[in-house]
Amino acid sequence: MALLQIAEPGQSPEPHQRKLAVGIDLGTTNSLVATVRSGDAATLADEGGSHLLPSVVRYTEQGVVIGQAALAQASVDPFNTIVSVKRLMGRGAKDLKGLHGEAVYRFADREGGMPFLQTVAGDKSPVEISGEILKTLKARALATLDGELEGAVITVPAYFDDAQRQATKDAAQLAGIKVLRLLNEPTAAAVAYGLDEGAEGVIAVYDLGGGTFDISILRLNKGVFEVLSTGGDSALGGDDFDLALAQWFLEQLGGAEVVAGESRYLTEKARWTKEQLTDNESVRVELDHGGQKVELDVTRELFDGLINDLVGKTVRACRRALKDADVTADEVLEVVMVGGSTRVPLVRSRVEKFFNRKPHIDIDPDRVVAVGAAIQADVLAGNKPDSEMLLLDVLPLSLGLETMGGLAEKVIHRNTSIPVARAQEFTTYQDGQTAMMIHVVQGERELISDCRSLAQFVLRGIPPMAAGAAKIRVSFQVDADGLLSVSAKELSTGVESEIQVKPSYGLADNEIAAMLKASYSNAEEDMQARSLREQQVEADRLLVSLDQAIETDGATLLTAEEIKHLQEQMAILLALRNGEDYKAIEYGVQVLAQASDFFAARRMDQSIKNALKGHSVDEIEGNT
Amino acid sequence: MWRELQYLIHNFLPAGLQMDITQSYFEFLGLPVSYQLDQQALSERARELQKTLHPDRFSHLSDRERRLSVQYTAYLNEAVATLKNPLTRAQYLLQLEGVDTFSESRVQLDPMFLMQQMELREAVESIPDADDPEAEIEEQLQVVEQQMQELRQQFATFCVQNSPSALEAAAACVRKMQFIDKLGREIELLEDQLFDD
Repeated sequence: MALLQIAEPGQSPEPHQRKLAVGIDLGTTNSLVATVRSGDAATLADEGGSHLLPSVVRYTEQGVVIGQAALAQASVDPFNTIVSVKRLMGRGAKDLKGLHGEAVYRFADREGGMPFLQTVAGDKSPVEISGEILKTLKARALATLDGELEGAVITVPAYFDDAQRQATKDAAQLAGIKVLRLLNEPTAAAVAYGLDEGAEGVIAVYDLGGGTFDISILRLNKGVFEVLSTGGDSALGGDDFDLALAQWFLEQLGGAEVVAGESRYLTEKARWTKEQLTDNESVRVELDHGGQKVELDVTRELFDGLINDLVGKTVRACRRALKDADVTADEVLEVVMVGGSTRVPLVRSRVEKFFNRKPHIDIDPDRVVAVGAAIQADVLAGNKPDSEMLLLDVLPLSLGLETMGGLAEKVIHRNTSIPVARAQEFTTYQDGQTAMMIHVVQGERELISDCRSLAQFVLRGIPPMAAGAAKIRVSFQVDADGLLSVSAKELSTGVESEIQVKPSYGLADNEIAAMLKASYSNAEEDMQARSLREQQVEADRLLVSLDQAIETDGATLLTAEEIKHLQEQMAILLALRNGEDYKAIEYGVQVLAQASDFFAARRMDQSIKNALKGHSVDEIEGNT
Repeated sequence: MWRELQYLIHNFLPAGLQMDITQSYFEFLGLPVSYQLDQQALSERARELQKTLHPDRFSHLSDRERRLSVQYTAYLNEAVATLKNPLTRAQYLLQLEGVDTFSESRVQLDPMFLMQQMELREAVESIPDADDPEAEIEEQLQVVEQQMQELRQQFATFCVQNSPSALEAAAACVRKMQFIDKLGREIELLEDQLFDD
């Protein structure tokens, strides 16, 4: 019955048919790309042999420089050299005041919540800057591997909110990377440790990177990694250790006024000192200050004193995460350490003391996340159809709506398993009211002003009725990536309200399109070619999966007439797919998808029945 | 998010793609409709279904199938969360019998119970001034847990009796549970405030 001659992605691929998929760790300080080759997951190196790509982007009049070469110029050209851009992702201009390290940049005065940085190459958003890092990693993957990239699993801190996740996904879009999944960094680390093999029980992943801290408690069972709870601080990391030490340097230098370049110089010196103190009890630092050389001795004890409160904050987050997961420290079987900052001896000793067991540090903490992401990418691309592995995440921060008096009402609580969908009903409070303002927020606090604003929108076109008569249902849906979508409908009349959305932070659709366009030299043609390719891929996916579905389930779930009708529709799309008109293909995909919805739903119901085969019928009948 | 939102508004999911689940959470998970729940069986069934339904199982398939799988998995997660917790499980059983305790705003509770709760509440409010607040919190949490346990047993008993008066009594039980559950959460919040930071 096979109608199309297209290789099915899930079926025992020959080596050359394997789908190319990579895992990307888009870090605050360094980024990495990894992939699975002949069964082994490993990070990929650049031509010079280095695996770590410093997450630094420098804009010059001649072009963009990324990585080590950019980092080398960071203190010489501070305004055009962007470091730790991850800390700016999904943030509003107002948030930046709290991030002392980034104060050196010049922010453009613009409409909208997202801060743009002024550079010699024009104003750049954090999304574009991250996109440059991703492009470099993609190029590295393509240079090392053969063929077209199917997609990538990109890791994010578990504690990232919706705006930060969306910004990461947007950056991937700008880099021309299809995101197979946004995966939480601690989950990726657990996968890399292969703790699923044989291990069953509760594990804790402590992830302290350059700019973010995460703690996740997971339960492992037969290949399923289930996140029970997660906590942390998306603005706390090793950079803060550097800043604390740089501040101390400054005090020793007499607290003189610093200029942009010098503050960067001092934090670089502080970072070097911190690294030395990992293996040494004390270190001598030479500082160049206003033309004179100053020498300082720094002991580990002194450094520990400077960062003790910061580390204490992470330990408190561990306690809370255990409580949320409803497990005790004794029940934790394994502790995994991730992130370069877990090399700091004080971090290791305090974590060991809290969990009362030696943490795992055997895999390079810098690479472990990328490796885990690569393993997941391999499975998601369909290269391992028999894999039992499944990663189940939770929502890190509660989602809610603004109610009267500036209060936040939670609609979905944090640590709820995702995907999740919830609906809330609202009514009008005035006679004849035809519009309603809805404000979506994320966070744990009671007051709207203490939560993160995600979006505001106005429902219009509510039919005029007496106060309290209209029933408006607002539905929240969070997908497996932790991304929220909202929809609204007036129930009594069935009118779908027109919505105007004002994003709080982030880029609107047309801004992304404009940036994509600008990034091509032959903008119009390239855009066309890319759109055509994207639509062809989407058409192929649909055709292949339908063909496969008809072959396996057509006989049992469809009538001969239904099969005939579907195959006619498929032939139409196939004809369109081989043409040049991407809009026609897009339309064809929609038509065929709609025509086959009933079949997808029947298959899903059958899967549920099969999954429960042997249990359900007797037990239910015996008890009702 | 806003992009997705506009998309959803303009292309409201067609009827065919709306998830068609008329089964109760119990049936969906292949578990007997009962207040007594085998937690182990619940986790196992949930895991089996996750392996079939989760969007990651559809990542190399079409957009539509992925979206359908998100809806099913969301339903599964809701089912598991509701049944796992003894209070929401009780509320859900009542809902199946046509009694909605999820969205009630004003309820009648017997005066004896209310008196008892007021005393408990006063005790909780004075915790911050106690000599050993930590021990005090522990004690109050135990009182809460004990009362919950009694109510759960009562509920289970009413649940198996098939009469309108038993249903009414079961609903009264649940309303008390909601009251005590709220107090328990307030004590935990107080604990956070007293001992974190």
